Amino acid sequence: MKPLTYLRPTDVPSAVEAIATAPNAKFLGGGTNLVDLMRGDIEQPDTVVDVTRLPLADVTELSNGALHVGALVRNSHLAAHPLIRGRYPMLTQAILAGASGQLRNMATVGGNLLQRTRCHYFYDTTTACNKRTPGTGCAALTGFTRNHAILGTSTQCIATSPSDMCVALTALDATVEVESTRGSRRIAMGDFHVEPGDTPHVETTLAPDELITAVELPPLALARNSRYRKVRDRASYAFALVSVAAALRVEGDRVAEARLALGGVGTRPWRATKAEEALRDAAATDESFMAAADAELASARTQPDNAFKVDLTRRTIAATLRTLSQGAQK
Amino acid sequence: MNGAIQVTEVRMRVNGTTRPVELEPRVSLLDALREHLGLTGTKKGCDQDACGACTVLVDGERVLSCLGLAVQYEDREITTIEGVDDPLQAAFVRHDGLQCGYCTSGQICSALGMLAEHRAGMPSAVTEDVSTHPTLTTDEIRERMSGNLCRCGAYNGIVAAIEETAR
Repeated sequence: MKPLTYLRPTDVPSAVEAIATAPNAKFLGGGTNLVDLMRGDIEQPDTVVDVTRLPLADVTELSNGALHVGALVRNSHLAAHPLIRGRYPMLTQAILAGASGQLRNMATVGGNLLQRTRCHYFYDTTTACNKRTPGTGCAALTGFTRNHAILGTSTQCIATSPSDMCVALTALDATVEVESTRGSRRIAMGDFHVEPGDTPHVETTLAPDELITAVELPPLALARNSRYRKVRDRASYAFALVSVAAALRVEGDRVAEARLALGGVGTRPWRATKAEEALRDAAATDESFMAAADAELASARTQPDNAFKVDLTRRTIAATLRTLSQGAQK
Repeated sequence: MNGAIQVTEVRMRVNGTTRPVELEPRVSLLDALREHLGLTGTKKGCDQDACGACTVLVDGERVLSCLGLAVQYEDREITTIEGVDDPLQAAFVRHDGLQCGYCTSGQICSALGMLAEHRAGMPSAVTEDVSTHPTLTTDEIRERMSGNLCRCGAYNGIVAAIEETAR
């Protein structure tokens, strides 16, 4: 890791001023991704602006029933929050399915949103990577691709979005609040992360001088009957091969309302809008759940090592919706 | 500035004692503990958040000291294995919760943090209904300790020691 200048502002105006002024600077939260990448010389900021002492660590309920989650709330604290556990169980489950107890205690909500979309070739500086060094090629395309994406890929990059939390936030239609010296704005979760296209080094619509200050969860009665299911190569402490965040309301024997997002398969947290469309007013049966999954997966582009993800995704979607439909009929 | 070495004085509060330490901002909490404060009980395994050997407690919560910059932890209450005096340690010995011992300080600090999380009502990835306060079953312990690897494979002893202490 190269030498660093370290700044530790204690209020938001100073933090956004620092990032706008210092050359080649990055915000530093819990460090669980950035410090790791700095140690490998993959990220090379000259200055880090430590935001962990900013007063952004509260979860508050707004008058309309929405929850306002400060960007520095630790992942573990958000997962354990009684209002999250009761109202958005999929979000608690998603966070607890990610990383380890130690990492969840360090990682912040804002940092989780900004962890790099990455694969092992991105970490290996001896191999070609368009994300690490634009225009150099992609070693993954001719490499080992078991963990790579099948949705939203490009000829430049097939790395998978690694976050579990973001999959749930995407299904819940959360909003990201950001601030810079130019003012503040709100970004819909669905517009926050972008597909790699021809610029895989660009992963979000956040400007380099913008600070995430909060995430807002809209009131959503549907989310009380929600789940996050993660399938991986070992039982714990591993990235998803496939994950599903789903919420479901069944009336009679038909789907009245459904939310569905996928992890482990997309180059960004993947809202399954085609599957949601297919589920609208469909019979709450395995056949419709599989058909909805097929609608989403029609555009999948697989590699030799990850073609299995298509079937695994179909089955995981169907199994998750089946469990929710049984719960909803109780 | 690029290339310039900036050294700062950081007040480190470790195991109840506050000491000023001169270090560069790029020094990890793990290296500060081991190389600057001489507290070598905390181990460096992978140095990349895969093994849990470097686990310490910060304000009572378990974290990986390899991934934090030491300057970030100024004035926070850090507890390393040298500052731990808990029945869990004797239980590890009784249940053969170690062979080579390299992961043990991380396992102990992690288990103490984990037990506090459970007492506070934290669910886990194997908790069926996350709105409840789950019983600390063997499955719950294994899931909650999954961030600590033991290459000797002393897991059964580790789980038994934690189970006995939790009772």
